[in-house]
Amino acid sequence: MLNVKDLSVRLGQKQILDSLSFSVREGHWLMVVGPNGAGKSTLINAVTRNVAYTGTVLFEGEDIRRKKPAELARCMGVLAQTHETAYSFSVEEVARLGRYAHSPGFLSRGGEGDRAAVEDALTVTGMWNRRNRSILTLSGGELQRTFLAQVFAQDPKLLLLDEPTNHLDPAYQKQVFDLIADWVKKPGRAVLSVIHDLSLARAYGTEVMLLDRGKILAGGDAEEVLTPENLERVYGMNVYGWMREMLSLWKDPEETGTGDGV
Amino acid sequence: MKSHRERFSAPEYLFFAALTVAVLCLCVCIGSVNIPLGETLSVFWDALSSFVQKFLFHKPADFPEGTVSSILLTVRLPRVLCVALSGAALSLAGAAMQGLLKNPLADGSTLGVSSGAALGAVIAIAFGITFPSLPFAGTMVMAVIFAFLSLLILLALAEKLDRSLSTGTIILIGVIYSMFVSSLMSIVITFAQDRVRHITFWTMGSLQGRGYADAAVLLGALVLFGGIILFHARELNAFAVGEENARHIGVNVRRVKLTLLIAVSGLIGICVSIGGVIGFVGLVTPHMLRMLTGPNHRRLLPASLFGGACFLMLADLVARILLNPRELNIGIVTSLAGAVVFVFIFYRTRRGSGC
Repeated sequence: MLNVKDLSVRLGQKQILDSLSFSVREGHWLMVVGPNGAGKSTLINAVTRNVAYTGTVLFEGEDIRRKKPAELARCMGVLAQTHETAYSFSVEEVARLGRYAHSPGFLSRGGEGDRAAVEDALTVTGMWNRRNRSILTLSGGELQRTFLAQVFAQDPKLLLLDEPTNHLDPAYQKQVFDLIADWVKKPGRAVLSVIHDLSLARAYGTEVMLLDRGKILAGGDAEEVLTPENLERVYGMNVYGWMREMLSLWKDPEETGTGDGV
Repeated sequence: MKSHRERFSAPEYLFFAALTVAVLCLCVCIGSVNIPLGETLSVFWDALSSFVQKFLFHKPADFPEGTVSSILLTVRLPRVLCVALSGAALSLAGAAMQGLLKNPLADGSTLGVSSGAALGAVIAIAFGITFPSLPFAGTMVMAVIFAFLSLLILLALAEKLDRSLSTGTIILIGVIYSMFVSSLMSIVITFAQDRVRHITFWTMGSLQGRGYADAAVLLGALVLFGGIILFHARELNAFAVGEENARHIGVNVRRVKLTLLIAVSGLIGICVSIGGVIGFVGLVTPHMLRMLTGPNHRRLLPASLFGGACFLMLADLVARILLNPRELNIGIVTSLAGAVVFVFIFYRTRRGSGC
């Protein structure tokens, strides 16, 4: 679905991304992991044409530079990390904005299809009962689900996530990730997400790409990529040992495996 | 939070229109000489019918004459019309800027865009920049260009200093820019005292003695630039939620921003070239109306048109009658009201900035 070839981004003297080549295939959830400053967020910015890049990014074989903004938004949707709100828009109004790319004209009234898509997105994300609430009164988790509803209403083929649950508590993290895992099951969809949490990457990703200082260190199945050696090399510490140590504190009476919320 | 429908219904529009007409009648009747409403209406009716007869049926007809009708038709009505149109235009521009910049304190006066436009107008008058056959066009075009340049400078400065364009930064830059431009304007006015009107006209505004030609220009600007803004209500909603979010949902951010900045400059520039800097109108009305309509621009923008017209007509009325027979500059009244509302909004945004 998404084919990236020799993608490089320079900001001033600094080479942020250095000829990355990878692809995201239909039905897959690619997790991009790596330490701070590896270029993860820049990758999202380049793919959404928010920063200047060299190389080619093809969406279903077409250069994304040729696409108009609305056209691009029908292909790719983005869920940002945080949202700063200023006005008391309602949850439904924010979700409805997701339909913009489907009728960007001046006088478009929003047909039955738009309404159904918004209703569906609000229901799936559990925000339907709160659709008239002002976004200024929402908790962080509710706000993130509101914007998830927006991007679901947008109905893109590829969903790009930039640390979508960094600031959320474990319950919300699980909710958001489960919702996206369900979303990507429908044919013709894929997810690319940038993420810090290696446990989440492993639990939900179908593929993992390890970035280090703007270069791809390894890509493919989680088992092959997230090896103790690779992680040690990138993070400069024994990640496995640390994770195991932390998990050992979680031996509760029922002995359930906790995959999320490290 | 009450839920709002996406648009106004016809009865709601009718209510706004009726309210505006009522305020207009009130403002035309009251003044240094109070004229009863019945007399005012009959003068208007006579004028309208003779106008219709003359131009539609080509019948010779007498326009009503006499002191009352001349006060009403040649002094008060054109002035009140100019005030109403200026109020509508400035409020619409303010609402658009507040949405575009996601900043409830943005307004032509708080950001210094109006002062920039005034500088352009003053330069045009002082240096005699005119277009052949169009006596006012030089001033207007320069005011619009300077308003647009002011916006570009402000945004560039804000971007350099603080990429998140937080509320405080923009306002701070606006205040400083405003002072800088006002000093330049004072210099120009000092040099060309014989040609340029007194400085208080440019800093505090007045629509005294404006005629039907000015009203027609304002109406034209409102139809053109105001129309552009009204057609971008959805994009403004997207910007008001967040510029990055707007990009993600497929808004052509660069093009829409440029279009709206041009439209805003057009409205502010033309209003300033006709009535001077009338501050805070674009701040007060959208803020009041947002409490009534919610932040959705599909409702807020039309409401701002009517609300702005009413607010400025009433402010003008106060300016005319408060110290009768002396007249205050209209900007003094709006700034008095505006400063209070400004502090109120600033307090609220500061307190609510936790999320």
